[in-house]
Amino acid sequence: MKKTVRIGAGSAWWGDRVEPAVLNAERGDLDYLCFETMAEATISAAQVRARRDPSFPGYDTYLDDRMRGVLPACLKRGTRIISNQGWINPDAAAERIVHWLRELGAKGVKVASVNGSLITDRVLELTDTILENGQPTSTLAPSLVSAEVYQGAEPIVEALKAGAQIVVTGRVADPSIFMAPMMYEFGWDALDHTHLGRGNGIGHLMECGAQVTGGYFSDPGFKDVPEPWNLAFPIAEVEADGSAVITKVAGSGGAITLQTVKEQLLYEVHDPANYITPDVVVDFTTAKLEQVGPDRVRVTNLSGKPRTPTLKVSIGCQEGFIGEDMFFYAGEGALRRAQLAKRILEERFRIVKLDAEEIRIDFLGINAIHGAMSPAPKAEPYEVAVRVAARCRTREEANKVGREVDGMAVSGVGHTGKRVPHQDRTREIIGVWSSLVPRDRIVPSIRYFES
Amino acid sequence: MKVKLQHVAHTRSGDKGNTSNISVIAYDDAFYPHLVEQLTSERFHQHYAGTIHGPVTRFEVPGLAALNFVCQGALGGGVSRSLCLDNYGKSLSAAILGFELDIPDALGPRLRGPR
Repeated sequence: MKKTVRIGAGSAWWGDRVEPAVLNAERGDLDYLCFETMAEATISAAQVRARRDPSFPGYDTYLDDRMRGVLPACLKRGTRIISNQGWINPDAAAERIVHWLRELGAKGVKVASVNGSLITDRVLELTDTILENGQPTSTLAPSLVSAEVYQGAEPIVEALKAGAQIVVTGRVADPSIFMAPMMYEFGWDALDHTHLGRGNGIGHLMECGAQVTGGYFSDPGFKDVPEPWNLAFPIAEVEADGSAVITKVAGSGGAITLQTVKEQLLYEVHDPANYITPDVVVDFTTAKLEQVGPDRVRVTNLSGKPRTPTLKVSIGCQEGFIGEDMFFYAGEGALRRAQLAKRILEERFRIVKLDAEEIRIDFLGINAIHGAMSPAPKAEPYEVAVRVAARCRTREEANKVGREVDGMAVSGVGHTGKRVPHQDRTREIIGVWSSLVPRDRIVPSIRYFES
Repeated sequence: MKVKLQHVAHTRSGDKGNTSNISVIAYDDAFYPHLVEQLTSERFHQHYAGTIHGPVTRFEVPGLAALNFVCQGALGGGVSRSLCLDNYGKSLSAAILGFELDIPDALGPRLRGPR
C-alpha cells in the first residue's frame, strides 16, 4: 500500500481555467488528476442543447482543451485522470479521449466510461416527493427535461481496479471524484464510514479548485493573497488513514492558509455535522487544521457516519423564460434619469400587457445585487445602469423586455446609453428540483475503451 | 468598542437551490464567543431584511471558530429562476461584513484590516 497519494484538481466547474490544470499535470508530481465540470443545471442544459443541435456530442465542451493540455504530462508521469466531463454521454467522451491518446501516439491506454446516472425515463416511478416543496414528483411530468442520480465513488473504484488509466463519468457527487482514488489506493471499503468521512471531507476541500488556494477570497487590506492573477489548483497529499495536507505547486500565486481552508470547508454546507454525500455522511465539526508550512495546511480528524439508504436525484424542468437587458446613465443627474426610465418601463409593460411571474427593475450600483436590503446611496452616484428582468411562461412574453428596452433608444430619457441590441436577451429557464431514490434501484454500468 | 464584522471575521457564501449558506469565520479564536453571543440568527436575518425571505438557521462550529448561517429563500427561487444579476448569491456574504458588534478593548490589537 502506498504511503501517500497525491491527488490534484484539474477544474472546479465547466468554465474553469485550463492553465492551472496543465501546471498540476506538469509540475504537481500527481498520482491522480481530477476534473469537476458540472453545475446543478448542466445535465438539463446539455439535454436541451442535444435536442436542438444534433452535432453536440453531449460531453464537456472544453473536453478537447482540457485533455490536450494535460494528457502529455499525465502519460509521461503515469498520472491517472478521473473526470465527470462525460455529462450526458460518457461513452462519447471516452471515445474522444481515446482519439487524443492515439494522436499522442499512446497505445494500449485503458479508458473507462461510467454510466447509469441518467434516469429520465423512469424517474417518476423511482421517486415520490419533491424535497423543496413536498409535492409529488409526478407534478413535474409535463415539464420534465432530465433527471439524474448523484452516484458515489464505487463505480470509479471498480474501473480503477479493472486497470483504467482514465475514468470519465456522468453525474457523480463532486467530492466522490476525488475520494475514489483514496478508496482504491488504500483499500477502503465502501461501508467504512470512518475513512470515507475523512476522504470525502478532503474531496470537498478539493472539488472547488482554486477556492481553497486563494480564489474567491481576496479582500484588499483584510485578506490579501500573493499574485492573485496566477492561482494554482490544489493538491492533496493523502495518507492511508485519511488525513491530508492541502498544498499547491511551488512558485504559483495564491495562498493556502487556515482561512482559505475554513472558508472552503463550509462552502455549500448546511449542517456541518451532517454533510450528506452518496458515499458517507461527513462531520466537519471535528476537523483539526494546522498550518504546517507555507501553503501547506494539514487536515485531520474529519469524521464520518454511515451513508443514507437513498441517493439524491436532480430533476430539471422547463419553467419558462427570462428576458433581460440593461442601459446606462452617467454624469450630472444620472439617478433622476434612471428613476424616470424605470417609471417609463413600468408603464410600457402595462401598455404591452407583459404577462410575467416576476419583474425586476434595478439600478446597478445602488440595489441590483443585494436588493431590498441595500442602504440608500450616501452621495449622488456618477453612473447608474438600469437593469430590467422578467420571468415569463413563454418566449414571446419574455422577448417584450428586450423590445421595450429597444424603445428606450429614441423614445426614452435624455442621455440614455444603450448597448447594441443582441440576440441573447431571452434565455430559457431550467428549474432544478430534488428528490430521493432508493440506493439499490440504481445500477451503474462501466464500459472500457483502449487507445 | 464598536467595530464592523469585517475586522473580526471573514465570510463566504455558497448556493444550493434557493438556499444560501453564509459562513462567518473568526480571524482569532478570541473573537468567537462574541460572535456566538451577538450574531444571533435573528440579528443576522434582520441585517438581510427584504433580501432573505425564508428562515435562517445558525450552526456553531467552535472547532473552527465559525458560524454557518443557512438562509432559505435567499436566491430568488433558485439559481436558474432568479432575476437577480448575482443569481448564485456569491456576493451575499459581503453584506454581513457591515454588521456592528461590541468587542472588548483588550482585543483591539487583534482586529483585522485598516480602520
